Amino acid sequence: MKGLSVGLALLVVIAFVLSLLAGRVWLSPHEIVGAHNDLAWLIVTDLRLPRSVLALLVGASLGLSGAVLQGLTRNPLAEPGLLGVSTGAALGAVLAIYFGVTLIAGVGGPLLGLVGALAACALTFGLAAGGGTITLVLAGAAVSSLTAAGIALALNFAPNPYAAYEIMNWLLGSLADKSWNQVWLILPFVLVGCALLATTGRALDALSLGETQAESLGINLTRLRIAAIAGTALAVGAATSVTGAIGFIGLVAPHLVRPFVGHQPSRILLPAALGGALLLLIADTAARLIHLGPELKLGVFTSLVGTPFFFWLVWKLKRTSP
Amino acid sequence: MSVLLAEGLSVRKGGRAILSDISLLAGPGEFIAVIGPNGAGKSTLLSALAGLTRPSAGEVSLNGVKLARVPRKKLAQARAYLPQNPLCEWPLSVERLVALGLTAHLPALGPLPVAFHGAIAQALADYDLTARKEQTVTTLSGGEFSRAMLARALVANPELLIVDEPVTGLDPAHAFAAMARLAAWAESGKTVIASLHDLTLAARYAGRILALREGRMAGEGALTAAMVRDVFGVESRVRGEGRSVTVDFLES
Repeated sequence: MKGLSVGLALLVVIAFVLSLLAGRVWLSPHEIVGAHNDLAWLIVTDLRLPRSVLALLVGASLGLSGAVLQGLTRNPLAEPGLLGVSTGAALGAVLAIYFGVTLIAGVGGPLLGLVGALAACALTFGLAAGGGTITLVLAGAAVSSLTAAGIALALNFAPNPYAAYEIMNWLLGSLADKSWNQVWLILPFVLVGCALLATTGRALDALSLGETQAESLGINLTRLRIAAIAGTALAVGAATSVTGAIGFIGLVAPHLVRPFVGHQPSRILLPAALGGALLLLIADTAARLIHLGPELKLGVFTSLVGTPFFFWLVWKLKRTSP
Repeated sequence: MSVLLAEGLSVRKGGRAILSDISLLAGPGEFIAVIGPNGAGKSTLLSALAGLTRPSAGEVSLNGVKLARVPRKKLAQARAYLPQNPLCEWPLSVERLVALGLTAHLPALGPLPVAFHGAIAQALADYDLTARKEQTVTTLSGGEFSRAMLARALVANPELLIVDEPVTGLDPAHAFAAMARLAAWAESGKTVIASLHDLTLAARYAGRILALREGRMAGEGALTAAMVRDVFGVESRVRGEGRSVTVDFLES
């Protein structure tokens, strides 16, 4: 397990450095470190560094949350959007665009997105209170539908085509044109959320034996559910409110590392966070380098690349189950 | 050493009485078998005795403290519980499955402390699983899997063991071996409560039988033909004593 995490961390560092160098203007490490070139320094510190730091935070949040939710539901198809948090954040940000809040203050979108994520999470949890994990998943699906309907409504009644275009564009998910403001805005939420998610390891392990046995082993299932959902709302909600919906990272990252750690849920958490960060850094760098006219949106790219993984999952399931 | 005491225990689910007025005292060294027809409330009784189902009336106490008042971690350290048809939802290795039995003893974060490696190795050896410790549990046979589950229940050395139908689905040799292990565990000063369908096994290995019928106590003590008639409504012949008791059902 240690070897895997150290290896992944090294890869994350390499991908991070690469993401600082790659782009429309290629930089060499010499240009940055030497700092003789003011333009290169500006590109790195003001444009690429916040973008790469965001990729790191968002990817790690998605990977970690996906691993926790897959452990909680014992369902390999669970992902961070499961609890309605992502669409809640999206609805908040879309409403900010709809009502022109983003024109007044740049951080209005992320702020309302955060409010949307937390509200969606509270609604999911309120609906599911007193029930089990299945109830929680169903409540999440209901809240997701509600918030998706809200987004569709905003698109339907968009005040002008430009607003509709803005909303669509935002929904596709991107890390482009982000500044340090957004990093500082989400950092505390991501850190607290990830810390909450990281505490669930022992309980998730016991949950491998089912809810009854986990309870008999002294696990407080209610507390576990609260940590999982609140952690996801804070970390993924904050991430989504800045970047828009980015699919598949939270689903794929835990799967990629699971066989290497003997399928034990607690051992998946750290590698899944690192794997998520790595995947998003690579995807963002790749999306930046692919020139097809307009910007290839990161969310579109991860969906395109991630979908074959779904096919592989189906194929694997058909082989292993009778 | 632990003493489990249930007094006037009743459980209602969905407006229906599942258990009514059950009282039971289980002390150290005792092996109690719970028998009864399908739907008699055996599983609910074991779950309530384990502190996992809240009684609607009456109470269960462990060493004089009500179960509802015992912190869940402390309760988990003192008693182990295995439900009917236990399962493992991820393809863990046998060794990691057994290690899960130590959950209540572990720190909140970090890897398994080295101090516990010995206990795990011992539990694996006790249940003839040492050679299979690296194997994933999903590839075990039914008998091996239930052995692994017993090892995971006993790895933390609990004072009280509550198991729901531990030998269902086992072949005779494995069933005998599992019962002998439970009996030996009880003889070492622990308390064992198990629900059983096989009356011969119950009569041979358990020190005391607790018979349930429609959620009520229908008999307690040694197994007799009269008890079998009262509980199951079937005539039977109970012959022999000690570990050579046999129970034959007679067609009426």
